[in-house]
Amino acid sequence: MSVLRAGRQTWVFDPAPGLLGAGAVAGKREGEGPLAGDFDVIHKDPYVGQKSFEAAEQKLLEEACNLAVRHSGRGRDEIDLHFSGDLMNQITSSSFTARSLGIPYVGLFGACSTSVESLAMGALAVASGAARLALCSTSSHTNAAEKQFRYPNEYGSQKNGTTQITVTGAGAFVLGQPGADAVPVVTSATIGRVVDLNVTDAFNMGAAMAPAACDCLLAHLRERNIRPDHYDLILTGDLGWVGSTLLHDLLAAEGIFLPQNLHKDAGKMIFHPAEKNLAGGSGCGCMAVTAAGHIRREMARGSLRRVLLIATGALLSPLSVQQKQSIPGIAHAISWEVL
Amino acid sequence: MSRVDSAAERQQAKEQVYQNLQKNAAPPRHLLRNCLNAFWTGGLICLLAQGVQSWLLTQGFNTENVGAPTSAVMIFLAVILTSCGVYDRISQFAGAGTAVPITGFANSMCSAALEYRSEGFVLGVGGNMFKVAGPVIVFGAVSAFIAAIAAALWYTLGGGAI
Repeated sequence: MSVLRAGRQTWVFDPAPGLLGAGAVAGKREGEGPLAGDFDVIHKDPYVGQKSFEAAEQKLLEEACNLAVRHSGRGRDEIDLHFSGDLMNQITSSSFTARSLGIPYVGLFGACSTSVESLAMGALAVASGAARLALCSTSSHTNAAEKQFRYPNEYGSQKNGTTQITVTGAGAFVLGQPGADAVPVVTSATIGRVVDLNVTDAFNMGAAMAPAACDCLLAHLRERNIRPDHYDLILTGDLGWVGSTLLHDLLAAEGIFLPQNLHKDAGKMIFHPAEKNLAGGSGCGCMAVTAAGHIRREMARGSLRRVLLIATGALLSPLSVQQKQSIPGIAHAISWEVL
Repeated sequence: MSRVDSAAERQQAKEQVYQNLQKNAAPPRHLLRNCLNAFWTGGLICLLAQGVQSWLLTQGFNTENVGAPTSAVMIFLAVILTSCGVYDRISQFAGAGTAVPITGFANSMCSAALEYRSEGFVLGVGGNMFKVAGPVIVFGAVSAFIAAIAAALWYTLGGGAI
């Protein structure tokens, strides 16, 4: 296996690591959304039988990891590396999950971009021969995130239309050398730069992240020397209704036309478009459950053959917001193809 | 002009263009609708409180001491609704209508107490209960202090009754 550098930001994997297993565990609101049929497990209880929201998130992540390993049909002892990250302070959900899994672990923080960040790292490890199998996982929990980043959950604050709702869910992927059957393979990955266009509104994350998504997509297209229609679908992570519009505007300004039917956003797909769902979903879990649940199955069903996943993250902390700092955005891209 | 300056200016121009794009992309803000909803829901809460007060007046309270038990009843109701997970849903609709009356203050304390229960009674509930409500108390006290100084100055300088 080897990794080719297609440019400063893009790796092309040849032969490409396969997506051997995936697990998607979602919460109640997601389980009532349009993608409900594609999740492996749906938990109606926000506590998942635990004592706190934080412990519940760990439970979700653990469950997703175990599902992915079981789906891959390989043993846990064959997995040499585990890349994981989440939104909690000091990424406790990931580290505590790694404690119970016992797989050599690398903790990541890329805010909501962690799903693709971990996949890119996993693919790099497998393609370079550093690991036989790699487990890539991420999670988020709406109540735990609300508690840490905003107000107490039961506090009656009126949320405006640009606010996004953190997805409760966890997704995990097992990457390894592909077998004979046509599993999707990870053909390339583009590592994004941090982009900040001076958005300071923490209740408008879509706007903060859209410039990073644009930058990452442009870099990917440029370095792989392809056009957007190379893919059947370009899926952004959690730009939501506001950020997706902005992404189209930004790309248009750069002279790239992204047809509406080619681009979807996980934040828009995961909940029904309704006023109570505000600007859509966000959080690490948003892209993770959509990719591990829905996209993976769509590829298995044969309705998608080439997909570019761009997960976007807002690299803020409650402290940086209070200190009136602008919100830096990041985006990483990874391509899944059925060869 | 140095290269660094021009790069900074390019970034600034980009930010400016992006600000305009954001204005177009943002969903419409329903200012009038929110104001109306806040007006009638807030009024309804006050009407309810007035009903409670009128009832208490028939139960042996007089106009001097009926204020405190009325507030206590409203606080109790807000805490019950918060604990049942309903208050925040009403607030999403009512906005300032549920935030401004004393029920909003009760909600802010109750929600924080519920939220940090998992961190224990002392450092969790005790330490965080005023997380949202604290500023109201601090600046309430500060503004009372300023008002008291102003009143004292007015009377010492020979001003009449206001």
